[in-house]
Amino acid sequence: MNAPLLEAHDLVKRFPVRHGLTRRLAGHVRAVDGVSLRVDAGETLGLVGESGCGKSTVARLLTRLIEPTSGTISVAGRELTTMDEPLPRPVRRDLQMIFQDPFSSLNPRQTVRQILTAPYRYQGLTPDEPVEDLLVRVGLRPEHAARYPHEFSGGQAQRIGIARALALRPKLVVCDEPVSALDVSVQAQILNLLKDLQQEYGLAYVFIAHDLGAVRQISTRVAVMYLGTVVETADRDTLYGSAAHPYTHALLSAVPLPDPDAERARERIVLRGDLPSPLTPPSGCPFRTRCPRAADRCATERPALSPIAPGHEVACHYPEPLTEQMSVPLSESSAEERTS
Amino acid sequence: MILYVLRRLAATALILLVICAATFAIFYLMPADPAQGACGKACSPERIAEIRTTLGLNHSVVVQFRDYLVGIVAGRTYGTGAQAVHCPAPCLGFSFQTDQPVWLMLTDRLPVSISIALGAAVLWLLVGVTAGVISALRRGSLWDRAAMTAALGGVSLPVYFTALVLQYLLVVKLGLLPYPQAIPLTADPVGWVQSMVMPWITLAMLYAGIYARITRGEMLDSLGQNYVRTARAKGLPEPTVLRRHALRPALMPIVTIFGMDLGALLGGALITESVFGLPGVGKLAADAINSADQPVILGVTLFAAAFVVIANVAVDLVYALLDPRVRAVG
Amino acid sequence: MTLLTVRDLTVDFASGARAVDGLELDLAAGSVLGVVGESGSGKSVTSLAIMGLLRDAHVTGEVRFDGQQLTGLGGRALRRLRGDRIAMIFQDPLSCLNPYYPVGFQIAEAYRAHRRAGRREGHRVAVRMLDRVGIPEPERRARAYPHEFSGGMRQRVMIAMALCLEPDLLIADEPTTALDVTVQAQILELLRELREQSGTAIMLITHDMGVVAGLADEVVVMYGGRAVERGPVREVFYRPRDTYTKGLLACVPRVDGPLPDRLPTLSTPEVTA
Repeated sequence: MNAPLLEAHDLVKRFPVRHGLTRRLAGHVRAVDGVSLRVDAGETLGLVGESGCGKSTVARLLTRLIEPTSGTISVAGRELTTMDEPLPRPVRRDLQMIFQDPFSSLNPRQTVRQILTAPYRYQGLTPDEPVEDLLVRVGLRPEHAARYPHEFSGGQAQRIGIARALALRPKLVVCDEPVSALDVSVQAQILNLLKDLQQEYGLAYVFIAHDLGAVRQISTRVAVMYLGTVVETADRDTLYGSAAHPYTHALLSAVPLPDPDAERARERIVLRGDLPSPLTPPSGCPFRTRCPRAADRCATERPALSPIAPGHEVACHYPEPLTEQMSVPLSESSAEERTS
Repeated sequence: MILYVLRRLAATALILLVICAATFAIFYLMPADPAQGACGKACSPERIAEIRTTLGLNHSVVVQFRDYLVGIVAGRTYGTGAQAVHCPAPCLGFSFQTDQPVWLMLTDRLPVSISIALGAAVLWLLVGVTAGVISALRRGSLWDRAAMTAALGGVSLPVYFTALVLQYLLVVKLGLLPYPQAIPLTADPVGWVQSMVMPWITLAMLYAGIYARITRGEMLDSLGQNYVRTARAKGLPEPTVLRRHALRPALMPIVTIFGMDLGALLGGALITESVFGLPGVGKLAADAINSADQPVILGVTLFAAAFVVIANVAVDLVYALLDPRVRAVG
Repeated sequence: MTLLTVRDLTVDFASGARAVDGLELDLAAGSVLGVVGESGSGKSVTSLAIMGLLRDAHVTGEVRFDGQQLTGLGGRALRRLRGDRIAMIFQDPLSCLNPYYPVGFQIAEAYRAHRRAGRREGHRVAVRMLDRVGIPEPERRARAYPHEFSGGMRQRVMIAMALCLEPDLLIADEPTTALDVTVQAQILELLRELREQSGTAIMLITHDMGVVAGLADEVVVMYGGRAVERGPVREVFYRPRDTYTKGLLACVPRVDGPLPDRLPTLSTPEVTA
């Protein structure tokens, strides 16, 4: 098998926390605590988790917007993190990013044309295609090139962000919550657009989101993060059909279904308490303080991410596939009524 | 919280030391000779050399600075034998022009400066904050526009102009007030107020304008906060909503600048005191500059700086008391 | 029995924009009405108009609460209703709580504004309510400040504040939107429990069809300031008539059921806020 497009090994990012006039060190926030990922060409890796789980830090590490405390990242077999100089231009070209807030990531003083040709200028290249063509590819009109970001709606602005990421024909685009600031109807359009562009250009995505529905829609494989670590990873259908980590179960069962009968009939796992502080994470398994399955062993021994089936890895001492009763198929009555 | 206070106080002592050193260095580097200043115009070279020895000016700058610091803590004696003058702690230097320790001169003048500063502060807080609040509540109204224009006027008028106009109108033209004099509050309260009212108005006109504008802005900001909407949704009476949920947060930044302004004023209102001829710390500074009395200038500078630094710490501590979020971090 | 009736409600902002355009709503006592729509649909403006909390806006039409006409009601009479009989919770609980006062004080404040109660009784009520909404160590936490709580706990505080006077109607404007999904599940569970215990009617404003599906008895779908569809929750979800409702239901990517290759999209133009 040839080298994966992107491989991250044991990434750790700690942020120092300082207090007082003397800025004395009060400790470290372990934002990312040993994350390994791989993305193959043309696939989409969904990275899902709640706020504070470290998924956005992973995004910034992968695109080298910040330096990891330790760990390695390689792109197409070339290791990036050992190089001291800035990211080499060809690699920078292959790796692009889409941000959550489309407006704050677009320079309000630049026209769309200036925004979309900037990547070429930084790379010292001449555009391979006119800005107008790029706009049409992301569902905008050629005449939009002369306008400024504030003249667009949120969904249109995100299309401009996507066009900018695509301008250099990257191999991998890291999307950090690209649809969470948008209305549901606009979300659907952007998700479709991302899928279309993936087929057209053979792109790979790392799609980071807290919305499990959006992640399912676009991903081929999914990794679930909790408190800086990946707790479960599997291909999409396995993850949504027979997840084995109790946190994944809780996440899935917490998503409200737009289906009254199914939503009211389902057995819900409601987690107790709040996310522990990443400044003082629990001993052993990070999830044990809220886990319905926690046992003595979980407090002392940290479970490693290990395979329970081909391509399905879980970091849990007591992994257990979702039972029939917990899973959430369409209820019979609703399926019936829907066809009627 | 106690730890926070202690840390702040330790840091303050350090800052004061740095200010002391910086001020000392500036005066050391100045071309004017303190001995010459102390001796007066007609002065023989022998006499100057003598004074240099008395003042310790023949020592290196480091030794001089050390002696100065020791003087602040323990007091010091200038010269030897019959000519020796003792300057008790805290000794901020000795003025040979007036034959007085600088510290005594300062403490002598301080009550006047405090009278001016506190009175003016009460006045400008009352007028400025009230005007700002009313303006915010009636944004765009005739009152708002009039008050904000007046505030701008108050800010832009030079203090000496306001002071002179006031004095001309109230004292010379209308004869409503006597010429200001330094009258202690305890000796003659009515006379004290009569003497102080013009300096108060002069300074209040300057500061009230600034405070009105800041209060208005802060008040508008807090009126737009979601928790004000929550307070209304709870069905609180509107005056309670305004006082508790809009005004209190709006006053937080006022606390900060008020502390700084008051601290600066306690170190002497130079122009105001000079125009009205009131013997405060500011007037002392002006006189010392005129007669090139270097020890006094140095002393006043340190004294004023100390007030600002201490006010700064006081503001931070008050802030920690008022804002639970700051308290938590400390 | 109908608790709240809205007829021909129209809201015009000073800027000239019409946020709500002839809206009609009915909410039965003790029931849950889901009001769904995207941003700019006028759903939040509607709730503020009902509460009389809109500034710089011209509100016309009829809002009747328990037989009493609310529009045109004097500030005093409306204030007596607010908090006491109609309470409200909002989207972002951190910005909705005053950072300078302990949460217990802020809950007691609501209680004391409507009942002749002293500080001590207010505090007792606050502690009892905090306990009821599932905040551990309520006696101690009542003295804590909003920034010392997590997002979910802050929303619990808001709910405690809203329910301390046992209102007939709770208006919940995107109560779980700012929260993580597992915390959202906790808050929805809490609202469900409290509703069963107290019989408080809820007007649930949200963009999330799933949240409505789990809680609402009746649903109103809003678009462009109007109600485009209304009916019992199963009617609206399983037999939607309006194309916008159909689109809104279909375009949400789901964690269950069949997976479409492409999501159906709405043909309506994007609403810019």
